[in-house]
Amino acid sequence: MVPWPDHAVGRGWARMTLIDEIRESTWVSLGALRANKMRSVLTTLGIVIGIVTVTLMGTAIEGLDKAFMKSISSIGSDVLYIGRFSWFENEEWWKLRNRREILLADAREVARQSVLAAAVTPMADTFRTVKYNNRSASTVQIVGCSSEAVVVSSLSLTAGRFMSAAEVDGVRPVCVLGADLAANFFPHESPLGKKIRIGDSPYEVVGVLDKLGSFMGLFNLDNRVMVPITRFLTDLTRWPDVTIAVKVRDMKGIDEASEELRGIMRKIRKLPPGMPDDFAINQQDAFIKTFKKLGGTIATVGLFITGLSLFVGGIGIMNIMFVSVAERTREIGLRKALGAKRRNILMQFLTEAAAICLFGGGGGFGDRLSSELVDCATTAHEHVLADRGAGPGGLSCDRGDLRFFTCLESGPDESCGCVEK
Amino acid sequence: MITIKKLSKIYQVGTETIHALRDMDLFIGRGEYVAIMGPSGSGKSTLMNMIGCLDTPTSGVFELNGINVSDMDDNQLAEIRNKEIGFVFQTFNLLARSNALHNVELPLIYAGVPSDERRKLALEALDQVGLADRIHHKPNEMSGGQRQRVAVARALVNNPSIILADEPTGNLDSKTGDEIMALFAALARAGHTIILVTHEEDVARHARRIIRIRDGRIASDELREPSNPGAIPSPAAAS
Repeated sequence: MVPWPDHAVGRGWARMTLIDEIRESTWVSLGALRANKMRSVLTTLGIVIGIVTVTLMGTAIEGLDKAFMKSISSIGSDVLYIGRFSWFENEEWWKLRNRREILLADAREVARQSVLAAAVTPMADTFRTVKYNNRSASTVQIVGCSSEAVVVSSLSLTAGRFMSAAEVDGVRPVCVLGADLAANFFPHESPLGKKIRIGDSPYEVVGVLDKLGSFMGLFNLDNRVMVPITRFLTDLTRWPDVTIAVKVRDMKGIDEASEELRGIMRKIRKLPPGMPDDFAINQQDAFIKTFKKLGGTIATVGLFITGLSLFVGGIGIMNIMFVSVAERTREIGLRKALGAKRRNILMQFLTEAAAICLFGGGGGFGDRLSSELVDCATTAHEHVLADRGAGPGGLSCDRGDLRFFTCLESGPDESCGCVEK
Repeated sequence: MITIKKLSKIYQVGTETIHALRDMDLFIGRGEYVAIMGPSGSGKSTLMNMIGCLDTPTSGVFELNGINVSDMDDNQLAEIRNKEIGFVFQTFNLLARSNALHNVELPLIYAGVPSDERRKLALEALDQVGLADRIHHKPNEMSGGQRQRVAVARALVNNPSIILADEPTGNLDSKTGDEIMALFAALARAGHTIILVTHEEDVARHARRIIRIRDGRIASDELREPSNPGAIPSPAAAS
């Protein structure tokens, strides 16, 4: 650099420090914002709305995830389902249509041979009209299973007992009712010992299931009747195909169990080496994988669209800064005459833009915080109810708060640079 | 102190080429009190921009304290302006939302002076212009004369080599204008270099040297006794 004349050098001043620069810039920008209150508030509003939509979207995705996980928990994470078809990755139908049925005898063989299985039940279902006296319910799911279904599906009962192995072997006309059905048919009396009619045959009610909720919000699991599979196959259907549900002993060994079952099934069905399986072993995992794929897409699209609103907020700031610079050319000129460098001036306006963003972020934050607090309160309340075995489970608030801290961090930067990630 | 050699400035406006300054030579020494006069369009403002390091010449040399400023970049010019030149404008150009103290501190902020020293220097400068009791007033709470004094304090605060005043009395009534001119006279007596750009004969008469510019050239350059208002300037060829 050029040598300075003595009086300037003699004072030994450093260049303007960053802290000084930021302090001056902050002071100036706050002053400018205060001087144009209405304008600043309206600009800030854009960012507030942007941040609120992004956080809301995040919460919605979170809620979707949780609701899904909750609803598929009825499948059971440690249960393998052996069926003719795979749930998701099916080939062309004409290759699959000739697959042999899985018979009740196969299920018995699997139960006999498998070492890693904790419980095995055959399962089959159909929809029938169920009647009791003059009451009737149409399209009730009739599930045929063995006595071990209570273990496999982790069922619990509010009244009575589950069907016994002897009843299953003896093809007895007994049944266990789902909670909703029991409540509808027997509002004022105990259903135990009563006879309901499924199709044309009478079945004696021996137990009532706990409330299970619905599967993926579509299908009510409490509107069902469980009957012995033996009875189901003779009385309710002539189609001998069943699904074999196997609960594994150890969650960690689920892959080995799956391999073992595959071996047993191939042996039972006498498949020579080299032939592809003519059955499929399904598990909850497949649902989760499919959902993750779907949910990921929903999340990406959703966050992109809501991100756009944040981006629009950023454009609002760009506009306002444009006006701000245009109306303060005199001030800029003066500052330059007094020795401000280009970067000092840029810093000043950048700080102003950042201040608007931070206020907007703070506003969005505050808004979400208040609603999250309300959520938390309701959730806590619902938990209390749920503990008493009454109310529905509520959305939890743990992740929402975290999310908008990250929004606060990333939001302003993005908008200031007017770059969308 | 200021050495100008063969300084030219050419503006290109559309297809038209304007020679604002043509091969100007000029020397101004330390401690001088100079008035630059000329009708509008004479190149007076261009010369002021050169001396104030607000603009760079097309050709020629402009040296300030022996440093060639002609080919510096924007950031270097900003530092020179900050440390070497104090500006006083016709319209005061104070920051409307800041009080007198902060307005005076502004050049020190850009110079990187620590805040306690900054405050001390700003108070000294305000004291020098007689506004020690007005430091917390904002520009709109002060009279025109007081505002211009704040501007002068701001020009002084960095202890610059040159105080460059552009029509400092243009927006003031004659009485306050005289007060400001008296302030400049005092500063000149204290040893500051002052360059006054004006087209008012009365104002120029306060200076000890009057440079007249016409068509981008120096038309006359005359030393005079400021205490003798009767002296009549005689035209002289450019040096």
